Amino acid sequence: MSPDQDIDSAADRREFMEGVAVGGIGVAFAAALPITATADEPVPPARGPGQPVPVKLNVNGTDHDLKLEPRVTLLDALREGLHLTGSKKGCDHGQCGACTVLVDGRRVNSCLTLAVATVGRKVQTVEGLADGDVLHPLQLAFIKHDAFQCGYCTPGQLCSAAGLLKEGRAKSDDEIREEMSGNICRCGAYPNILVAVREVRQGALKEKP
Amino acid sequence: MPEPRSPLGQPLDRADGVAKVTGRAKYAAEFAPPDLAHAVVVTSTITRGRVTACDTAAAEKSPGVLAVITPRTVPAMKAVPADLLPKGRPPIELRPPLADEKVSHFGQAVAVVVADTFERATAAAARVRVTYQADEPALTLEEAEPTAFEAETFVGREDLKHRRGDVARALAGAAVKLEAVYRTPVEHHNPIEPAATIAEWDGDSLTLHDSSRWVHATRRVAAGVFGLSPEKVRVICPFIGGAFGSKGFTWQQNLLAAAAARHVKRPVKLVLTRQQMFTLAGRRPETKQAVALAATKDGGLTAVRHATMSETSPLADFVEPCGTLSKHLYSCPNVEVTHRVVRLNRSSPVFMRGPGETPGSFALESALDELAVAAGIDPLVLRLKNHADRDEEKDRPWSSKHLKECYRRGDERFGWAKRDPKPRSMRDGNLLVGWGMATAAYPGIRMEARAKVRVTADGRAVAASAAHEIGNGAYTVLAQIAAAALGLPVDRVRFELGDSDLPFAPATGASQTTAAVGSAVTAAAVEAMAKLVKLATTDKASPLFGIAVDQLAAREGKLVSRADGAKADAFSDILRRAKLKGVEADATAAPGEEKEKFSFLSTGAQFVEVKIDPDLPRVRVTRVVGVYDPGAVLNPKTARSQMLGGILMGLGAALLEETVYDGRGLVVNPDLADYRLPVHADTSDIDVSFVNEPDRHFNPVGARGLGELGISGIGAAVANAVFHATGKRIRDLPITPEKLL
Amino acid sequence: MTPFDYTRAEGSAAAVKQVSGSAKATFLGGGTCLIDLMKLHVENHDLLVDITPLPLDRIEATAGGGVRIGANVRNSELAHDATIYKNYPALSEALLSGASPQLRNMATVGGNLMQRTRCPYFRNGFSPCNKREPKSGCAAKDGYNRSHAVLGVSEHCIATHPSDMCVALIAFDAVVKTHGPKGERAIPITDFHLVPGDTPDRETVLEHGELITAVELPAAPWAMRSHYLKVRDRASYEFALASAAVALEVVDGVIKTARVALGGVATKPWRAADAEKSLVGQKPGAPAFAATAEMATKGVAPRQFNGFKVALVRRVIVRALETVAAMK
Ligand SMILES: Cc1cc2nc3c(=O)[nH]c(=O)nc-3n(C[C@H](O)[C@H](O)[C@H](O)COP(=O)(O)OP(=O)(O)OC[C@H]3O[C@@H](n4cnc5c(N)ncnc54)[C@H](O)[C@@H]3O)c2cc1C
Ligand code: FES
Ligand code: FES
Repeated sequence: MSPDQDIDSAADRREFMEGVAVGGIGVAFAAALPITATADEPVPPARGPGQPVPVKLNVNGTDHDLKLEPRVTLLDALREGLHLTGSKKGCDHGQCGACTVLVDGRRVNSCLTLAVATVGRKVQTVEGLADGDVLHPLQLAFIKHDAFQCGYCTPGQLCSAAGLLKEGRAKSDDEIREEMSGNICRCGAYPNILVAVREVRQGALKEKP
Repeated sequence: MPEPRSPLGQPLDRADGVAKVTGRAKYAAEFAPPDLAHAVVVTSTITRGRVTACDTAAAEKSPGVLAVITPRTVPAMKAVPADLLPKGRPPIELRPPLADEKVSHFGQAVAVVVADTFERATAAAARVRVTYQADEPALTLEEAEPTAFEAETFVGREDLKHRRGDVARALAGAAVKLEAVYRTPVEHHNPIEPAATIAEWDGDSLTLHDSSRWVHATRRVAAGVFGLSPEKVRVICPFIGGAFGSKGFTWQQNLLAAAAARHVKRPVKLVLTRQQMFTLAGRRPETKQAVALAATKDGGLTAVRHATMSETSPLADFVEPCGTLSKHLYSCPNVEVTHRVVRLNRSSPVFMRGPGETPGSFALESALDELAVAAGIDPLVLRLKNHADRDEEKDRPWSSKHLKECYRRGDERFGWAKRDPKPRSMRDGNLLVGWGMATAAYPGIRMEARAKVRVTADGRAVAASAAHEIGNGAYTVLAQIAAAALGLPVDRVRFELGDSDLPFAPATGASQTTAAVGSAVTAAAVEAMAKLVKLATTDKASPLFGIAVDQLAAREGKLVSRADGAKADAFSDILRRAKLKGVEADATAAPGEEKEKFSFLSTGAQFVEVKIDPDLPRVRVTRVVGVYDPGAVLNPKTARSQMLGGILMGLGAALLEETVYDGRGLVVNPDLADYRLPVHADTSDIDVSFVNEPDRHFNPVGARGLGELGISGIGAAVANAVFHATGKRIRDLPITPEKLL
Repeated sequence: MTPFDYTRAEGSAAAVKQVSGSAKATFLGGGTCLIDLMKLHVENHDLLVDITPLPLDRIEATAGGGVRIGANVRNSELAHDATIYKNYPALSEALLSGASPQLRNMATVGGNLMQRTRCPYFRNGFSPCNKREPKSGCAAKDGYNRSHAVLGVSEHCIATHPSDMCVALIAFDAVVKTHGPKGERAIPITDFHLVPGDTPDRETVLEHGELITAVELPAAPWAMRSHYLKVRDRASYEFALASAAVALEVVDGVIKTARVALGGVATKPWRAADAEKSLVGQKPGAPAFAATAEMATKGVAPRQFNGFKVALVRRVIVRALETVAAMK
């Protein structure tokens, strides 16, 4: 049972509906917009600060040419401009960690980062953790240990944990707990997140020569 | 041939796991219809009064702005339908948003700004100038007490008034007595996903991508409010980023989004800001609970009185049903439970995880601990002594209750026997150690639900119902139930949910998705199987031709003769020969007469260890042991997670969480920095286990549901542990450092 | 946020010129405070000059045996710097007790020095607040003031300075180096932040457009025996209810040097100088520490909801001193 099917295969669903003669209106999910925000860029007033500027974002190894007002945060550029909605908005003020991404390998809150300020840097989001279809060890460990429930904080937890592993400082359980405290999980998956991160960290240690 | 293992009871990984860890799971705000506009709500800065002027000129001139919608320009909206529940008026605001210019709480919607981008809408919203005439608000329970009214039922389901025996007399003559007042603050659900809606009109058809944990109700609300027939409305929600009682029925953002989309003739996205989640998305009301207990010298309860006062808003009728457990959790001849409500100028309250049970068990289970101290009896012994062997409120048996076993296992796992009952007697170095316990309980609730199941010629199945994936594991557990009923491996069953075009499911609340929808799925699967059986047994080409139905079993995608395992016919073969793409069936499942014969209660035992630095008295919970009896546990992995979530939310409520209204009625901590949710470093060792005895009287799968059981009793267990550690009894939550200084 | 232009600084002088040239321009560091406040519309600027590309990101030894910390050094780097960790442990601890790993990766030393209060009435954008809107009043005095200051308050403002880092810096006699429109300055950190008085909107002595370039810590061998203790409700990711950075130099069983600085309880990073003096010449131990704690809280002005901070910060001081006294 592929969950991607669950959410994406509108066609499949419609066939199913017909099968049981439900009079649905069959609105298919809207296709994602092409990944150029330039297409229908709002016409700004000719004067005043804050005119849109060209912004080249490198996200998960791919360059994207956007035209953005400087006030657009990295989080909104990802979600609204690039339709990379893996990074989540939970508070928009640095208070929950749902928006955590890696910029040049370091974990940051993308809601307090301006997109323009990341030009020339490498942004990695949850969409870039897996290597094609091969999930990142953290992703596998999160599934195995049920380290999420609603899943909304999860991309932030994963990026944060990836940052933590790179930093290489958190060793004990208490250190992992402290170093993962910038990511709030209201579903209360912390005990399982701990186990998942610990397992990958230990695996990561073992792999080192 | 060995029976393949039933998918029920297996600790399976989540079916939506990959979607959730890769960022592919799409939540309400993440759909992207072309030409999407963005709406931002402008909220009131006063607590009570009216808008005298709303200057929208600057906002309207702001770049990219498509409209500024006020009560004067908002498209017509009728009242929210009052018949959303089987019984009783829904406890929500029936006044549609922006209906008038009255302000009845801080943070109420007074205008909506729509612009072509989120940034522009937000900036323009800040330019709307609202002038008010402010009136004197009602701000505290004490102030409003004279106007209190009595509540009779909780959403037409539970009686809130109960009297048996003579409490006054029992109290008067009691050997041991305890009277105390307990208080719990306003709490907010704060799911990490804010409430969000994308509304899209196509002529007079409306599609809502809405963070709704009851898509059918949201559809009915939108249809009623906009004067459409329900078929014209579709509500879609494949994933919800947490709700905990919020996001049900309707909240203003979905109606405002729809109104805004109609107004600007474009699809509109409206996501509440985190600040707005504190005034526009429900909350748990404040409670003040007077509890009186009487007992014999050896601890036999002779009286329980539980009088609750909670508050609601001027716009909705919600009551926090704190006393419902007190009616029957313990055996006691004299019981009196009442609920009174006052109206305060605060935003509307609503269900929050364990409505009633959470604050109510804090009071009841704290009081029991106080009684145990007064009587010189171990708190666990006291509870065992007063165990209710039947439901004394309704005077009927429990369907299935294993609370004593929960106590026993919890006692053992925690090591309760090593507890020195004297306060301040246990230490870990410089730290005071406290052990406390409490009973957890939550009723088994199950409403009517409908589901459909289709077995397809490729040997797979799709099951569907308009249930919700909220973190409860619905995609996973409902597929397990379908697979079990169909005799299919679970990886060949897909579950569809979160769409109002699918068969009716009740709200994902009251911990009933598995119980209610699971029963409907089972029923539909049974009917689909009957069709397959008929095809096979009437088909001469089938090895099963002529075999009686009761001689057949379904396993591994095949119908098999019970008598002769070699005689089997694969579903795919049956369908292929019949030249059918599939068979399907739908079915409704509703509770039947068992509802009148039995009482249904999930129970558990909570044990908590705290450590407290006597000089810097921050309470740290170092150990929790919870043992629960929710009936059958269909997926131990996701079930354990739900219990963890309940426990952690309970710890937050015990020690951290509190929404503060100041002397002007403003919410002063409307964000995630100042409203303190537990963070990872606040957690430690949590040991969850289940008795796992199916409740066959409740539903076919024997599962009563468990989403809200874990939080019940935690507040009291912590407060009891704090008393044990420090000798201080804290009767008002949260237990912050200043209360222990 | 209101619309603004963004530019990357091309040299300190140019950045100073750009910002000092326009009342509506400001520097952008990590953005964790500025963007937050701009989203709340508490601050509005037309131009943000991103100073993070400036080469102010080094931690280096000074000739005098101290350390020079570039203004752009991120909080996380500073916290984990080996020299800081060893020679000024309280600074490391203070930084690591602040915010979250993500925020510390973003936040700069300069930005942390300049961070603004978390007073809810300041942040909500509409309540009377003399800091946000001079002469509008102070809603906190008679409002919900649990998080507010008990030291350094005025009738116009009781907002707490929220920084942890600054508390450690003030204990170590740090000096703030700046580059302003009128040239360079070295400002002792005790003089850097201002108590509210009747101008709560003026929070530091910096002039508009004056750029912090570095913070210098003088050589202080005693700083190796220092400690930062922070008390808050949550175990992490929360501002201080009360905190203390303390250091002790004990020679022959007698205190020769003492430092006591407080956070979470004052309108600016608070140095309890008199309390420190009272320790000198004393034997480390409970009586001396208790007397010091008492002295450090002289002149407190608690309000309805923050009275507990007085007792709490005293205990924090005592515990922190005990911890340092017990260090090898
Ligand atoms: C949720 C949350 C929790 C937090 N918790 C804590 C905590 O527990 N303890 C704590 O101490 N802090 C905490 N912080 C605050 C955080 O430490 C500060 O926001 C941060 O240090 C500011 O640094 P920055 O580089 O991001 O500053 P910016 O936001 O970039 O700038 C802040 C101000 O400083 C000015 N500025 C920046 N650099 C310079 C310079 N070189 N010269 C002159 N002016 C400059 C800017 O113009 C702006 O006015 C928290 C913040 C958040 C959002
Ligand atoms: S959305 Fe960025 S921290 Fe919450
Ligand atoms: S999984 Fe729901 S918030 Fe973490």
